[in-house]
Amino acid sequence: MLTFDQILTIVKESCAQAPPAVDEESTPKAVRIDKLDLLHVARSLQQNPTTYFDMLSCVTGIDNGPDAATMEVAYNLYSIPFNQHLMIKVVLPRDKPEIESLSNLWKTADWHEREIFDMYGIFFLNHPDLRRILMPADWVGHPLRKDYKHQEYYRDIKVEY
Amino acid sequence: MSNDRVQYKSKPGNLNLSVPNKFDVSNLRSEEMIVNLGPQHPSTHGVLRLEVLMDGEIVKEVVPHIGYLHRCFEKHAENLPYNQVIPFVDRLDYVASMNNEHAYAMGVERMLGISDQMPKRVEYVRVLVAELNRIASHFIAIGTYGMDIGAFTPFFWLMRDREHILRLLEWASGARLLYNYIWIGGLFYDLPVGFEDRCREFVHYIRPKLLELETLLIENKIFVERTANVGVLPLDLAINCGVTGPVLRGSGLRYDLRKVDGYSVYPEIDFDVPIGEGKMGEVGDCWDRTHVRVLEIHESLKIIEQCLDQLTGTHKRTRDFDPQAFIPKKIRPKAQDLYVRAEIPKGELGFFFRADGKSDIPFRCKCRSCSFVNLSVLPEIAKGILVADLIAIIGSIDVVMGEVDR
Repeated sequence: MLTFDQILTIVKESCAQAPPAVDEESTPKAVRIDKLDLLHVARSLQQNPTTYFDMLSCVTGIDNGPDAATMEVAYNLYSIPFNQHLMIKVVLPRDKPEIESLSNLWKTADWHEREIFDMYGIFFLNHPDLRRILMPADWVGHPLRKDYKHQEYYRDIKVEY
Repeated sequence: MSNDRVQYKSKPGNLNLSVPNKFDVSNLRSEEMIVNLGPQHPSTHGVLRLEVLMDGEIVKEVVPHIGYLHRCFEKHAENLPYNQVIPFVDRLDYVASMNNEHAYAMGVERMLGISDQMPKRVEYVRVLVAELNRIASHFIAIGTYGMDIGAFTPFFWLMRDREHILRLLEWASGARLLYNYIWIGGLFYDLPVGFEDRCREFVHYIRPKLLELETLLIENKIFVERTANVGVLPLDLAINCGVTGPVLRGSGLRYDLRKVDGYSVYPEIDFDVPIGEGKMGEVGDCWDRTHVRVLEIHESLKIIEQCLDQLTGTHKRTRDFDPQAFIPKKIRPKAQDLYVRAEIPKGELGFFFRADGKSDIPFRCKCRSCSFVNLSVLPEIAKGILVADLIAIIGSIDVVMGEVDR
């Protein structure tokens, strides 16, 4: 089992754009990386025999609001054989939220990313089937954004109750 | 009736706005057809709609359509103080509310940094009620599964036995299903006087019933024929799809978060983690998944007995014990992100919290529900099977739509 610093070295090696930053204020400790490095880092963490993060437990979208003008995606990785846990965070600009999909590496990411697309409008590039999952297909807007205003009527049904 | 009282005006164009199907009739090959299964169908365990592309009776492709029971859990959670979210947490997996509350309360306590000050009695009561509820949830899973594939009697027998658990939990909390019993930093109330004795009687009552269940359903020839070698989920696919709980253990991996993470007082309790061994067919088939649930009930009974020993021995009821003593007056965690996970009957329930440190309302509360992830494996294992086996697979995954749609 590797320590957090050893994992950080592995992450650092596969980062081409910007060096990773450590986020101490999260449990488990999180690594912040550039969005262009994500696919490369994820692949090396999954396939490196010393880390072997074989399970993607949770993908979370976060909207920091229009003032901060950023969105975030947090990935919670688990390694079953090494009993290791790691969080990876990627910050995206709010005006153009696009990130590479991880559904080729972990099939879990498929539905999680669809849900984030549904709730936050973050686009996952190269996703096999990016449709809304919880809301109806003709729903307007992304409900969990901090500045979300629901439409007044949905198919002539008053939304405000 | 005046026009403004009509709630929904049907327009022919409405159906085309939200395209209900992924597949289109125009690009089907000959002999293929699209069959709609659900959302109002008893064998889909709630409001799950499956779009099934079939060639005769062979299933070519399954597309689950979910969201019919979406109740905006995350939106609600981000507008309410931490303690007021608990009733909403109950309604995620509504047949195992205690386990949900346990996971949620544990997460918030970790954020506040009070999780290691909890009195042992509180923790043992939490584990006791959570395991009781785990048994109740597995009873529903096995009973309805039997009913899905044609065995009617086990359902009634298991519902009868589940009623004993619900009455015990109603006695403790006042509600049959949605308890709001485990609070952040404590419990709603201590156990009622005499609960431990009744609970012990229940354990003695239920053990022979489980043997009956095994002979009635699990080893029944028709049941075995319908479930063995059906819907085999290979282990590597299961892990890659993020499947957890009895579905993962049925595929042969001894992975239980109660052992792996060792949260609450589970490290002090002796129990085994049953896995699927392929007794009737291949490892990871529907029979294995169901059998794992039956074995888990036995393990839960062991845990309950040990909790009762502790609750009547070392940590027994005292006059001055206050289960609400450690409930914080103001729940305002410092700014942080936290991911917490716990084993509920269906698998790994995770919560991702972001606290901003300025308010007692979570900035972000994401629920990683196990039924949602377990359901996503269905299209993978339902290719090239018969449509009757599709029903068997849905039941063996044991989804609760309240948790899938949140």
